[in-house]
Amino acid sequence: MAAGALSREPRFLELLFARRSVAVALGVFVVVLVACVLADVVAPADPARMSVRARLTPPGDAYWLGADAFGRDVLSRLLHAGRVSLTIGLGVALISSAIGIVIGLLAGFYRRLDGALSRLIDAMMAFPDILLAIALVSILGGSIVNVVAALSIVYAPRIARIVRASTLVVRELPYVEAARALGSSTRTIMTTHVLRNIVSPIVVQSTFIFAYAMLAEAGLSFLGVGVDPATPTWGTMIAEGRQYIDQASFLILFPGIAISVSVLSLQIIGDGLRDAMDPRLAKDL
Amino acid sequence: MSATAASEPVLEIEGLRVAFRARRSAVTALRDVGVALGAGRTLALVGESGSGKSVTSLSVMGLLPRNGAVEAGRILYRRRDGTRVDLARLDETRFRAIRGREIAMIFQEPMSSLNPLFTVGDQIGEMLLLHTDLDARARRRRVIEMLELVEIPAAASRMNAYPHELSGGMRQRVMIALALVCEPALLIADEPTTALDVTIQAQILDLMRRLQRELRMAILFITHDMGVVAEMADDVAVMYAGAVVEAAPVATLFARPSHPYTRGLLATIPRPGRPRGERLVPIPGSVPALSAMPPGCAFAPRCPIAVEACREPVALAPLEGDHRVACHLAHAHETVAAHG
Repeated sequence: MAAGALSREPRFLELLFARRSVAVALGVFVVVLVACVLADVVAPADPARMSVRARLTPPGDAYWLGADAFGRDVLSRLLHAGRVSLTIGLGVALISSAIGIVIGLLAGFYRRLDGALSRLIDAMMAFPDILLAIALVSILGGSIVNVVAALSIVYAPRIARIVRASTLVVRELPYVEAARALGSSTRTIMTTHVLRNIVSPIVVQSTFIFAYAMLAEAGLSFLGVGVDPATPTWGTMIAEGRQYIDQASFLILFPGIAISVSVLSLQIIGDGLRDAMDPRLAKDL
Repeated sequence: MSATAASEPVLEIEGLRVAFRARRSAVTALRDVGVALGAGRTLALVGESGSGKSVTSLSVMGLLPRNGAVEAGRILYRRRDGTRVDLARLDETRFRAIRGREIAMIFQEPMSSLNPLFTVGDQIGEMLLLHTDLDARARRRRVIEMLELVEIPAAASRMNAYPHELSGGMRQRVMIALALVCEPALLIADEPTTALDVTIQAQILDLMRRLQRELRMAILFITHDMGVVAEMADDVAVMYAGAVVEAAPVATLFARPSHPYTRGLLATIPRPGRPRGERLVPIPGSVPALSAMPPGCAFAPRCPIAVEACREPVALAPLEGDHRVACHLAHAHETVAAHG
């Protein structure tokens, strides 16, 4: 075992799939993603076509997941809505992480910037998320891009704070001093030695942000400041379905499941990524 | 290597004073430290915790914590091309070209001085990427060569190992390979064997001596272990409370220790062959706080032979030949017999 462990080349994908739950989660997520991307092809019906006679039809042969209050096919809407929701979730998770990492590293590394940046982070986190997002979207105007931008700004401080705290710990470790003693520049130390070592909390936090962003988007749409109301999203589907919860609970059930499944699978993938990137944990897989 | 420069020291520290700013006050960690280190030689800095050994080495590396600063003195380093630079006044960009390439450092903690996320091969390779223009294949060859040089078995496969897969001794070998991969002219070793057990310690010291001969580098060896000093050093500088109190070639220091502190240090070492039941002699008291330094000789409050004159400041002065000592009494009657 020891000899094998020493001679192996680090095989990232192999490590990633070594845990079955990660492989399953990745499979589920890819299926959801592909189905949503190909919504135009795979959706059984036009998501906007209404039918008075089919109002609130429960799931069955004609409408696999039922029909909503306007007689629109829930499955088709779910697939089309997924495009928007997943775009917003992934977009916000990636952009807010990128902003947060830059701010956090700068604050953690340069003591002179730390005061100003930390106060900025505190100030932004003092606002309730949704309030800040409403303010930003109403300034920017409602569109998918603007919602992603606004939510990225709202969630970036969470990443920044975690990155700063982790940076403060890691940069005092002996191997960072050793790297400096052996001639590494500050930028090399920041990116290779520090950033690589604080990836796990960032991955974990950004999977949370993915989920928050999708829910926040639903909130924004519900309040009428989100994306164009004609565009279905998982959030708006739940918001609309709420009115019929006693007659047709499936209207909120399916988009709810869609959100839960994508968040859950992404979170498991995030855990797997974290473990596969850390050779110390990879050993135990 | 030019022959003319051989006699000139690689590193010469003159009157170095380093102070740390605290919240309201400042403490002086080094007071007038002066040592010299010739090419291919080993200078041991000896002293207990807080004596200023590590601050001296960090000053040479230009890695003092940000609240510390060189207040006076020079750290003259003779570069490969023969020019001399004052490391105490070198800007960061030019310093970076020296660090790792000409002056390298190995640390006390082999357990945490390697980045846990990269294979040891990658970490040694990074040094080459940083300081040379070798291509990937040549770097790989050189990494294997270095691992073999530090006597790591199965080097070609060990280079893919992560630090946690190696033992402490192996990691210290990797640290040495990392420090020596660019063949530095000066190696600073800050207690490199303190965290290792005794047999591994002996192997690492052997390895360092062999590499020193092969690469003709100077070593600034920092330790509190007199046994290691006897084994490794050509010259010794004993530090106490931020100053050098005695400096001499190693044989002279062990044969005729002239500062009461040096004698005290030597008396605290257990040695085989001493009569059974003989007790080790501790040095009473502890190092004075840097903020409350006595006005005269810093060792006077703990010194068994202190007299009135010891309240006066004392400086390092030659006793005979290369033997320098900072003690009024040693100079007063040159043979204070080594009862130690």
